[in-house]
Amino acid sequence: MSLKKVPMPEQEPDQRNKNFKEVALGYEENMAVEEAERCIQCKNQPCVEGCPVHVKIPEFIKLIANRDFEGAYQKIKETNNLPAICGRVCPQESQCESVCTRGKKGEPVAIGRLERFTADWHMKNNEDKIEKPETNGRKVAVIGSGPAGLSCAGDLAKMGYDTTIFEAFHTPGGVLMYGIPEFRLPKEIVQKEIDSLKKLGVKIETNMVIGKILTIDDLFDMGYEAVFIGTGAGLPKFMNIPGENLNGVYSANEFLTRINLMKAYDFPNSPTPVKVGKKVAVVGGGNVAMDAARSAKRMGAEEVYIVYRRSEEEMPARLEEIHHAKEEGIIFKLLTNPVRIIGDESGSVKGIECVNMVLGDVDESGRRRPVEEKGSEHVIDVDTVIIAIGQSPNPLITSTTEGLEKQRWGGIIVNEETLETSRRGVFAGGDAVTGAATVILAMGAGKKAAASIHKYLSEK
Amino acid sequence: MNEILEKKQLNPTVKMMVINAPLMAKKAKPGQFVIVRVDEKGERIPLTIADYDRNKGTITIIFQEVGMSTKKLGTLNVGDRLHDFVGPLGKPVEFSKDTKRVLAIGGGVGVAPLYPKVKMLNEMKVPVDSIIGGRSAEYVILEDEMKKVSENLYITTDDGTKGRKGFVTDVLKELIEKDNKYDEVIAIGPLIMMKMVCNITKEYNIPTMVSMNPIMIDGTGMCGGCRVTVGGETKFACVDGPAFDGLKVDFDEAMRRQNMYKDMERKVLENYEHECKLGGILNG
Ligand SMILES: Cc1cc2nc3c(=O)[nH]c(=O)nc-3n(C[C@H](O)[C@H](O)[C@H](O)COP(=O)(O)OP(=O)(O)OC[C@H]3O[C@@H](n4cnc5c(N)ncnc54)[C@H](O)[C@@H]3O)c2cc1C
Ligand SMILES: Cc1cc2nc3c(=O)[nH]c(=O)nc-3n(C[C@H](O)[C@H](O)[C@H](O)COP(=O)(O)OP(=O)(O)OC[C@H]3O[C@@H](n4cnc5c(N)ncnc54)[C@H](O)[C@@H]3O)c2cc1C
Ligand code: SF4
Ligand code: FES
Repeated sequence: MSLKKVPMPEQEPDQRNKNFKEVALGYEENMAVEEAERCIQCKNQPCVEGCPVHVKIPEFIKLIANRDFEGAYQKIKETNNLPAICGRVCPQESQCESVCTRGKKGEPVAIGRLERFTADWHMKNNEDKIEKPETNGRKVAVIGSGPAGLSCAGDLAKMGYDTTIFEAFHTPGGVLMYGIPEFRLPKEIVQKEIDSLKKLGVKIETNMVIGKILTIDDLFDMGYEAVFIGTGAGLPKFMNIPGENLNGVYSANEFLTRINLMKAYDFPNSPTPVKVGKKVAVVGGGNVAMDAARSAKRMGAEEVYIVYRRSEEEMPARLEEIHHAKEEGIIFKLLTNPVRIIGDESGSVKGIECVNMVLGDVDESGRRRPVEEKGSEHVIDVDTVIIAIGQSPNPLITSTTEGLEKQRWGGIIVNEETLETSRRGVFAGGDAVTGAATVILAMGAGKKAAASIHKYLSEK
Repeated sequence: MNEILEKKQLNPTVKMMVINAPLMAKKAKPGQFVIVRVDEKGERIPLTIADYDRNKGTITIIFQEVGMSTKKLGTLNVGDRLHDFVGPLGKPVEFSKDTKRVLAIGGGVGVAPLYPKVKMLNEMKVPVDSIIGGRSAEYVILEDEMKKVSENLYITTDDGTKGRKGFVTDVLKELIEKDNKYDEVIAIGPLIMMKMVCNITKEYNIPTMVSMNPIMIDGTGMCGGCRVTVGGETKFACVDGPAFDGLKVDFDEAMRRQNMYKDMERKVLENYEHECKLGGILNG
């Protein structure tokens, strides 16, 4: 049996870095079957343990090997509501695939690609038969429509609750819509998931900024018996270095929102502009940084740098995305830390001054701490800087809800077993609790909260 | 919801609309703003809540047609609906109990966001003198409304076609020099006007509130695009403002940031006007 995964067809790097169409094209049926046959159906199933929502991995893979693709889909759906999304964006190499037995010698089974294949096959070949469950008339409010909110609302609706999602933006989907670019996660797929929630009877009210138009107390007054907060971590961090307010400096959030949600890549047909420039520096090393860098390239930037203060080993981005970024011509400036952004006489960016870093001792995060190398100041000529060094939870809700306890850095404090907050009947999960994390963890939290809400309301 | 109930042209480029938005009308406070989208593909346009009526459930917006998005908004009529209407956003303004006398200054369409604040002071029984200005007579808006809530109302126009010829700052200087004691000045208008006002009030050490209008996307603190420097610190106008201590605002930076997309916006506008013309020809 091959030591390597069946390769997934992709758009050529030189072609795809000029368009927003999906990079990875997915397996054909025969490729999927071939890859599925690489799974040795371990008894102890380490991969299932490695998956935050315990997808029944060997079972669905076996169904693929038997060419029962619809059966495989239904198997995944037992524990994962958004397989087409997870199959595309989950960091499999650090989850299920990291512990796959096949990975001990050669490459692990391509679990993520198989998950994606299954979901795409289903979407192409079968209609979802969604029956609207009978409602029990009890109202639950879900705040935020990212993966946490969507999966919580879906489960609640299936249990019969009259569920309403309140979303601040004009389009539901959270980071899946405004953050992760089209070339990694086609918006059509997210839209389909949202449509199926609607068919389950979930109501979605967009343009509702909770904490402003309605507070959590208002929601209880309106007859909602429980509330789930899935508001994510949308507050961008800046570095607090000189020059951050120059024209041409963006937070990754602003840059990606302009492009994804406001479709700035279609300017001027779409009226919201974005200025990309010729030479772009993206500061950071996570998925957000990769997405910003690759988007900048697609928008026509000639040179795009990733400026990251540690080494590639410590980069939090998914391996596949780092790999894709390199293929597309993104230049990695590792062990490099910006100290100042330099402007021209009109106040626009003309360079970024950086210092070299060396890795010192291991710090509390378990990674070797980068230390500045004296006298290594140098300037990279750029006209655009995108800051992608992380986000923290937005304080809109915690600051307007009495008795809702939060961590110093803004995360909502919950009971880890039930996800209940310090306010009775108020639950929270996803990035709003953990800080910026992953889609699958947010989904897992949404599901867990739905179960807790059900228990809470059944006992009430 | 979001239906346009009333529409009025206040001057050649400024329109007023009363929008049906009962939930928002319940929560709105002076100093807050809304974000409007005209259609499916539209930009998110921030506009101050110029007035609200809790009983009728309405929100009033007043806007100047500057680019494509506000021009498109202006083509909507009574009975049409706004595609999106989000708010109330931003921090409501607060006045200290010790405020005894206020001078309110509004320039151009800035009088619209000024009005609800003066109205609120009026309800708090704080006497307010007001100066409102415009390029020429037809650009002076809300004169009657402002008169009702001000002790004294002064009007200036750049060309002298109404009130005093000159700038609002000319009257400001005079009033202060004539020994009028103001505990606070509120100034809202173009950035350059607010900057000039602050240059004067700084000399006399009069606390001055300004309302910033940086380019915004979400209006909820998610993008950081609306950042302004106040007292050396970076603030997000949509959540920390839009009202700030004008004596501490870095106006030069704000002006520079506001012009960031000028060239691109001109292009959108040209396209739009071209299409309108074509549409006009085709429709007969
Ligand atoms: C650019 C980018 C790329 C990423 N790439 C990956 C990846 O490849 N793989 C991966 O696993 N993870 C990735 N992540 C992380 C992942 O997207 C998040 O961990 C996940 O989306 C968190 O889900 P959530 O439901 O908690 O919050 P979000 O997805 O952030 O959704 C929160 C929603 O709540 C809304 N909201 C906020 N405040 C309010 C309010 N007051 N009232 C009403 N609504 C409100 C927001 O508008 C938003 O729609 C990426 C993140 C970004 C930004
Ligand atoms: C909190 C706040 C309150 C405001 N209140 C009012 C109001 O009550 N009445 C009013 O007439 N205007 C108000 N504005 C300004 C108004 O939002 C802009 O004039 C409008 O967005 C311009 O859009 P446009 O497409 O027609 O013009 P464009 O062609 O897009 O832009 C013309 C100019 O308008 C400014 N501008 C563009 N987009 C934005 C944006 N998203 N946010 C802010 N400024 C922008 C820029 O200076 C730009 O150069 C307010 C702005 C803010 C931030
Ligand atoms: S660990 Fe790998 S080989 Fe074993 S069952 Fe899971 S996917 Fe198959
Ligand atoms: S408008 Fe995005 S943070 Fe203020």
